[in-house]
Order: sequence, then structure tokens, then C-alpha cells
Amino acid sequence: MKVTFPHMGNTHIPIKALLHKLKLEVIPPPPVTKRTLELGIKYSPEYACMPLKINVGNFIEAIEKGANTVVMAGGWGPCRFGYYAQVERDILHDLGYKFDMVVLEAPDFKFSELFNQVRSLAKNVSLYEGLKAVNFAWHKLNAVEVLEKKLEYLLPRVINKREIEKIYDEGLITIDKCDSKIELKSIVNEYMNKMEGLSLNNAQILKIGLIGEIYTILEPSTNYDIIRHLGRLNVEITRSIYTSDWVNDHLLGSKIKKSNRKHILTAANPYLDYWVGGHGWETIGFAVDFAQRGFNGLIQIGPLTCMPEIVAHQILGRVSNEENIPTMTLYFDEHSGQAGISTRIEAFVDMLKRKNFACTNEYVEKGVVNCSIT
Amino acid sequence: MQYYLGVDIGSVSSNFVLLDEKLKLQEKVYMRTNGNPVEAIKKGYYKISNNMTSDKLIRGVGCTGSGRTLASILLGADIVKNEITAHGIAASYLYPGVRTIIEIGGQDSKLIILKDEVIQDFAMNTVCAAGTGSFIDQQAARLNIPISDFGDTAATSSQAVRIAGRCGVFAESDMIHKQQMGYPVSDILMGLCEALVRNYLNNLGKGKKIEAPIVFQGGVAANKGIKLAFEKILKMPVDVPEYYNVMGAVGVAILAKEAVSKSGKTNFRGHNFIQTGDFASNSFECKGCPNYCEVAMIKRDGKVLAYSGDKCGKWETTLHNLAVV
Repeated sequence: MKVTFPHMGNTHIPIKALLHKLKLEVIPPPPVTKRTLELGIKYSPEYACMPLKINVGNFIEAIEKGANTVVMAGGWGPCRFGYYAQVERDILHDLGYKFDMVVLEAPDFKFSELFNQVRSLAKNVSLYEGLKAVNFAWHKLNAVEVLEKKLEYLLPRVINKREIEKIYDEGLITIDKCDSKIELKSIVNEYMNKMEGLSLNNAQILKIGLIGEIYTILEPSTNYDIIRHLGRLNVEITRSIYTSDWVNDHLLGSKIKKSNRKHILTAANPYLDYWVGGHGWETIGFAVDFAQRGFNGLIQIGPLTCMPEIVAHQILGRVSNEENIPTMTLYFDEHSGQAGISTRIEAFVDMLKRKNFACTNEYVEKGVVNCSIT
Repeated sequence: MQYYLGVDIGSVSSNFVLLDEKLKLQEKVYMRTNGNPVEAIKKGYYKISNNMTSDKLIRGVGCTGSGRTLASILLGADIVKNEITAHGIAASYLYPGVRTIIEIGGQDSKLIILKDEVIQDFAMNTVCAAGTGSFIDQQAARLNIPISDFGDTAATSSQAVRIAGRCGVFAESDMIHKQQMGYPVSDILMGLCEALVRNYLNNLGKGKKIEAPIVFQGGVAANKGIKLAFEKILKMPVDVPEYYNVMGAVGVAILAKEAVSKSGKTNFRGHNFIQTGDFASNSFECKGCPNYCEVAMIKRDGKVLAYSGDKCGKWETTLHNLAVV
């Protein structure tokens, strides 16, 4: 059995580690590139969202490399993602690809369900080995996230942006290759030190909260690499979604670490008190939470035609007015013109800078403004 | 005299202005880009600098518009800014206290909301052409009316016909239907103006509070019919600045002055650099990874000035002669 799975940001690192420790042969899909997207667009329904298109592209490229089993997440509720696994299987079978698909349904609150699903995948692994595999993957996930958060914090603050991105990319590759928990610790320390060793600028840093749909937030190839793009403009990004929080809340029953999910949903309450599918509820909750924590602005992102985010988008205007925080929404699909998106991002950042940092423009200061230009 | 040069290279038009030390407009050039921005930048610069004796006179350069990076490479800019900021700066300089800016250009349109001279919110439309100048261009061509007469003819109408403006193609079939029915041309033109305005407000105005004073700028502001349609639908007066079609360039020239007063010197490459060089642009496919980015490069007399278009920054960072935002 040669197993593959869909890409979603850096999650391939812990997923690969998990499957590997379950004694499965793993063939991760190659990194998402233009070809991945082209394959996905060619074989997917046009009105499906970006995640489905990239999944299809990932699976085709992984099967080309020899994978014969695809592990895919399931789901339920208003978001279409719940039946993507089935749709993708049909599309690929119709195209003549031979493979088995294992669908892991999100158990929500029942750890034993997930455990049984994983058990069925890994037949020649003892219970002890299984638990060890989950534990190792969890540690890898956390190691990845420590670096992610460090980059989000430091990228706007360092002078040499290119250098820190290089260190970070290298760090991820090293974590991916690592095979023991002890080594993992020293790798994280090593790369944290490298990143922290870079000299800092003294620019004023804007804080923007990134909210919206999980896949678009986690996968840089679907969001125009927005976190780095903003970081290079001296903006510190905090995401509403970190994979470890999601795993903790949805797969491990909030038992591994403290969860702020209740707090977030309570924060959403005055605006939205119902689950609307996907992460629409969380989007509103985090919008309120970020506003109350004094963030300078919010950017909501999602794939074009994403229903839960459309619902949240409509409510976000009211949150923006009442919590007094500027917001901007960007939807992404394969047609997203880069120039248009980068203009919007730059204009939004400019707007926040002029709003928040003492305006040094002589022409704006009251009294100096004079009216004639002729 | 010392000047600040503002350059706005758009998809349809390229605009150049010279502001003096007191930010008064001294010269302006409005011309078509004609799909060749390099040529447009050379020509526009030639036209606007014609009356100057020495390039020493230019103390700062600012670039905006979709061709802003290219312009900054050719001219050596002190500041490169997006159009939204540039338009906001120009309007709030000319009209202190302005609350709403309507900007409609050839291929996109913008709505900018300000308070106390600071941009509070904006929307930009690049998805649908029915709310932009090209929609008017198309329909004028279809009706055989020169675009310069469009607005004046529309303004004579007393009873605009209703034309569906959601989509440019459907608007056209609707318009043909109204023609066949025998409605006068002026009423049909005014109907088109109102259709564009409704499309604009549906697209960009959603959830935004449009308040007076309102300033209407961009190439389409030349069209009296559109101005009247905005006033009719919004029930508020709409101002069109005297230099409505070069406001982006004015804004970025103001920003150039600000940038130079901070840095103390200009990056302007000088008269000879732009006038005597032989500029060529071409592109190649980078095979470094499966992304196959199309990398564009600009050369002057065979020497590469800048690369752009690579996702990873591998080429862009090989040269450090770009004025960064």
C-alpha cells in the first residue's frame, strides 16, 4: 500500500510522519505548482472551490509518482467539503486512475472513532506503536507551528526579509527529515536562534488578523502567499486558524491543550450565534476577538463561492462598524489577477498606516491644507 | 523652477504632471498607453519635459497605476504607490473634507471613503467591465457616436430609458431593443449612463455609506451624462475636479515631494537616461521549479535593468536598483 494525501500548507510534514510511523509507505504529492492547479482546473467542475481543484491536482501528481491509496478527510454540514472526497474519487476513477480511497470522517468529540479509522488503515501496528505515532506527529506539528509563528512575528521586524524566509524554509525541510523527538527539539532551537539572530529594523509594525476559510489560510499557493506578502510590508499577521488548535478542538476533544474555542464562539454571539458551516462562525468570533485585542485591521480570505465565508462576509460589515476595526475581504480563485490583489493589499496597509501612525504629511495637517492647485 | 513629476501608467491612459514647490500644477499630459507602456513613458516624459532646460529641475518622481513598477525602473522613482492611495491623497489635498471619491477609469473603478483626510474604506472593481469606461466606449462605438460627444448628447435627455446594466453583453441587447422601438438617441445614451452608475453602486457601494462631499475623477468623469446620473441616483451634488483625468499622477507627485523631503535626494535617473537609451523588454520561462514563472525583464542598451514576475523572488532580488514602496 502506497499512501498519499492532499496538501494543505505545512500539514504534509506531520501527516507524513504519522503515516510513516504507522508503517505505511508514504508518497506525498509534489509541492503545489502551476501544473498542479492546471490539472485540477482541467478535471474539476468550474464552480467548485479552489481546494477541490488543488486536491484533484495533488492526487493526480501523487498517483503518477506511484501512490495507490489516497487518504482524504470527510466532513458534514453546510460546507461542500463534506462530499469532496466522494466527488474526487469519481472524477479520478472516470479518468481511469486506479487507486483506493480511505475517507477519514471528522469525528468531533469522539476520539475513539478517529482511532478506529486510523486502526483500519494501519493493520500491522500495535496499539502502543499507534499511540506513539500520533504522539510523534503531534510533536512535529507543534515544531512546524513554532517556526510558522516565529516567522509571522519576525518577518515584519527584520531588515533582511529574504534571509529569514530562507532560514524558515530550510528549517521546515530539516523538521520534515527528522525522525526522533529528541532531535526535533534541538532542530527547533537551532532555527529559532538563527531567526532571532538577524538584526531588526525600527519600523512601526501594523498588526492584522487573518480570518476566514481554513484551507485558504493554511495553503500559501491559494492565497497569493499573503502572510509573507504582508510581512514584507512590515505587517505582523495573526491567523484565526492554526492546525494544532484545529486538531486539538476537533480530533482530540480539546484534551491536549487549553482551547479558546468557547471564548471565540461567545465573542461571536452578538453578531452570529449559529453554526453556518465551515469556519464562518469562527471568522466572526475571531473578528470580534482581534478587534477587542487592539488589532489594527482584519483581512478575511476564502475561496471564491465559499458559502460559509459569504455568510460571514455579510456580517463582518456590522462587526467592523460596531467594534471599530477596518476590514477587507479577498476571495481567491485561479483567475485572481496578481496586480489587482497586490494593489488592494498595499492600499489596505497604506490606509492602516496613515490611520494609526502619527501622520507626518504636511499637507494633511489641519490648517496647512490649501485648496488650490492651479 | 523646481518640479515634482507624477506619473500614472494605467491600462488605457498614461498621465504625467509637474507640480511646483507649492504643489501647483504647472504641466500635464494625458495620453493613451496604446498597449506599449515603455513607449508611453518615453513619449510622455518627452512631452512634459519639453519646456525645461535641464533635468536638474526635477526634484522628485512618483509612480502609480498598474504600470508603476515599470515606470519606476525607467525613470528612477522616489516613491511607488498604488492608485487608491494616490487618488485619495490628490482629492483630499484639493478638497479638504472630502468624504467620497468615485474614480472610474478605462478598465477598473474604485470607490474610496475618507474621513478627516484619511482613507477609511475602499472597494475596487476589476471583475466586471460593465461599470467602467470600456463599457461606454463599446456602446458609443456601436451607436456611431464619438466618445467625446457621448456625455453632452446624453445630458440633453429629459427622459432616460431603462437599460439593464448588470452585464455589458445584456446591456447591449437591451439597448438594441430600445433602438428598434424608436427611442431618441439622447435618451438611450442617458439610459446607458444610469445603467453604468447602478452597476457601479451595486458592485462597489455595497455596504458602504456614501456621503457628501463627493468627488468624481478618472477619465470617465469627462462624461457629463455619468455625472448627472450619479447626482440623480445618489441625490447629492458631485464635484468633478478641473484635472479629473490626472488626479492619480497629482497624488503621487505630492507623495514624491514628501518622500524627497525625508530622504533629502532624488532617485531620478535624469534626462539622458530615459531619452537616449534603447529600451527593450522581453520575457522567458524560468525552469527553476515546476511553477514555470514567466519572468519579464527590461533592458537598456542590452543591459538588464530589472526582472519581475517570479514568484520566489529569485530573479527580482538579483538586482537592487528598484525603488521599493
